[in-house]
Amino acid sequence: MAALQSTRPHRSPEPQTAAETAAGTASEATAKPAGVAVTLDGITHRFGASTAVDNVTLEIKAGELVALLGPSGCGKTTLLRILAGFQAQTLGRVVIGDRVVDSLPPAGRGVGIVFQNYALFPHMTVAQNVAYGLEARGAARDAVRARVEAMLGLVKLDAMRDRFPKQLSGGQQQRVALARALAIQPSILLLDEPFAALDKNLRLDMQIEIKQLQRRFGITTIMVTHDQEEALSMADRIAVLSRGKLEQFGTPEDVYDRPGTLFVNGFVGSANQLRGRVVRASGSVAEVALEAGTVLTAVTPDAALAAGDPAILCVRPENLRLATEAAPQQIVGTVDLALPLGPVVVYEVRTADGGKVKVTEPRVAGAALRAPGTPVRLQPVSPQTCRAFAVPAGA
Amino acid sequence: MTAITAPGLAGPATAAWPRIGREWTLALPLAAFFAVFFVTPLLLLVAVSLYADAEMTRFGLDQYIRFFGDTFNLAVLGSTLLLGVKVTALTLLFGYPLAWLYTRSGPRMQSALILVIILPLLTSVVVRTFAWIVILGRDGIVNNLLLSLGLAETPLRLLYTEGGLVAALVQVQMPLMVLPLITTLSRLDPNLLDASAALGAGPWRGFLKVTLPLSLPGIVAGCLLTYAAAVTAFITQSLVGGGQMLFMPQYIYQQTITLHNWPFAAAISIVFMMSVLGVVMLFNLLGRASKGYVHA
Repeated sequence: MAALQSTRPHRSPEPQTAAETAAGTASEATAKPAGVAVTLDGITHRFGASTAVDNVTLEIKAGELVALLGPSGCGKTTLLRILAGFQAQTLGRVVIGDRVVDSLPPAGRGVGIVFQNYALFPHMTVAQNVAYGLEARGAARDAVRARVEAMLGLVKLDAMRDRFPKQLSGGQQQRVALARALAIQPSILLLDEPFAALDKNLRLDMQIEIKQLQRRFGITTIMVTHDQEEALSMADRIAVLSRGKLEQFGTPEDVYDRPGTLFVNGFVGSANQLRGRVVRASGSVAEVALEAGTVLTAVTPDAALAAGDPAILCVRPENLRLATEAAPQQIVGTVDLALPLGPVVVYEVRTADGGKVKVTEPRVAGAALRAPGTPVRLQPVSPQTCRAFAVPAGA
Repeated sequence: MTAITAPGLAGPATAAWPRIGREWTLALPLAAFFAVFFVTPLLLLVAVSLYADAEMTRFGLDQYIRFFGDTFNLAVLGSTLLLGVKVTALTLLFGYPLAWLYTRSGPRMQSALILVIILPLLTSVVVRTFAWIVILGRDGIVNNLLLSLGLAETPLRLLYTEGGLVAALVQVQMPLMVLPLITTLSRLDPNLLDASAALGAGPWRGFLKVTLPLSLPGIVAGCLLTYAAAVTAFITQSLVGGGQMLFMPQYIYQQTITLHNWPFAAAISIVFMMSVLGVVMLFNLLGRASKGYVHA
């Protein structure tokens, strides 16, 4: 634990005084990634009898933006609070850089955090909010002023320095929270549902802005969200959590195109979940006889399926094609409903067994929609887009 | 604080009511009650205080001149106002941690604490005051304990001392301080302290820079109630303070009941009321300033 002696020993490439730093950040366009790696090693957290986080291990690379994605109650916020040091985990280790930080208070971890409601100090001006962390760390007055100016410049709020948080819009408040968190030069940045309180247009602007800042500073960032689009668009890698367990940790493409579990397949993006029974299985490929009356070839990520097992086959609506000619591996049905969504049309197709399958088709201007009752054939664009999972207990 | 600004007369015709209906008539019964039983006696009191002699034969400012001309009277007034300051300061000192503990406790602990906090309100002031006599008396609990532990040779005089009186008043008025404090402290966003900690501030800095300034409205409200209650606590002042110490309520009582000097009693009542009102307005100003500070 020799590394305990300093609060931020991993900021060595940084300039020495805050004034220099402020000057540096203002013109810092080609900054080298200065983030540090973060490891969550077998984290388990129990509240009384319930387990909020169940043996989660994540290795996050320096400078990476990782999203913890999951529905409410999946343990993602608890994980963030453990990482920040607000809560002590029941089991496991948190490693920031090469230090085990389990015994360190939040202040000692070099963590900048932006809360969902921003948690700006309502009785302080914008400038006082940004200066808070620097003053708490005993920075000299001039250095504090210079750093505050630099941070406000960074988030384009120079003109608002003497306003109180209540006088700012949601997006401006978030910028203040970000400036306040970054002012102390944290080695990691934590964002708790950062965009949940913003309206949709502003959300996209702030996502771009934060992503750019994150790239520029190369700061390791961990973001908690329940919004899959946010995770997919912003994160380098996504950790999908459900009921305290890590379901999958991979790039957005991995998570979206190659979901590892039934939960991930259903939670990220939308998917048709078709019940059936495995007729043949070899390696990671299986043929599933669907209740809808077709045999489809699918990838089995968990490879635990054997011939005869009941299975759920997932295929995304955009990975189904409306075929014109009969061929093997097609789901046959009739159009039940057509929903034109602008760029695409979603058809709900009723199959022979009474089940429903959604399919999307690019919408051509002026083309007539397929009328309800029209017989159609649905064909997966490739076997890789069909994924078969074991039926979960109780489903 | 609302108790100070005559609730019955508070105008319903504020900006919140774009269309002035007849809703304000609902406040009439209370307004009438206040007029008859509060405003009228008060005016009578002013009138009585303007009699120049105890027999109430001619008018004049003699009673006021007499009051301010005698340092004894000023000393009584001063010690009463000072008693309020001492009680209020101590109540705040003990009440704040209690309120803070409450907001940080789990639901079960909270219901136990709230019972302890409001219990003094559920028993009569007379009963509570007699309990303090039992505790502080020559043969009381404190003295028996001190004697049996060998910490004192002879029983200490605790009852009929200002220290004993302040202790009793602090306990009796505690709910008036703690309840407003609990209200403001529970409205505090817990994320603010987490943010403070993550930014590198220790618990004391977080308290002084975040919790304390944001709880100022509760502090002001609590101090106001405690102060007003402490300086006018006739029963506790008389029973625990005893005859040696004279405070304004007891002084007024003596002048009316014992000496039948109604004009002088009325005059010192008015002086006392204005003094307390002055202090209360000072608190109110502070409260308004702190509110502006918090919500600006």
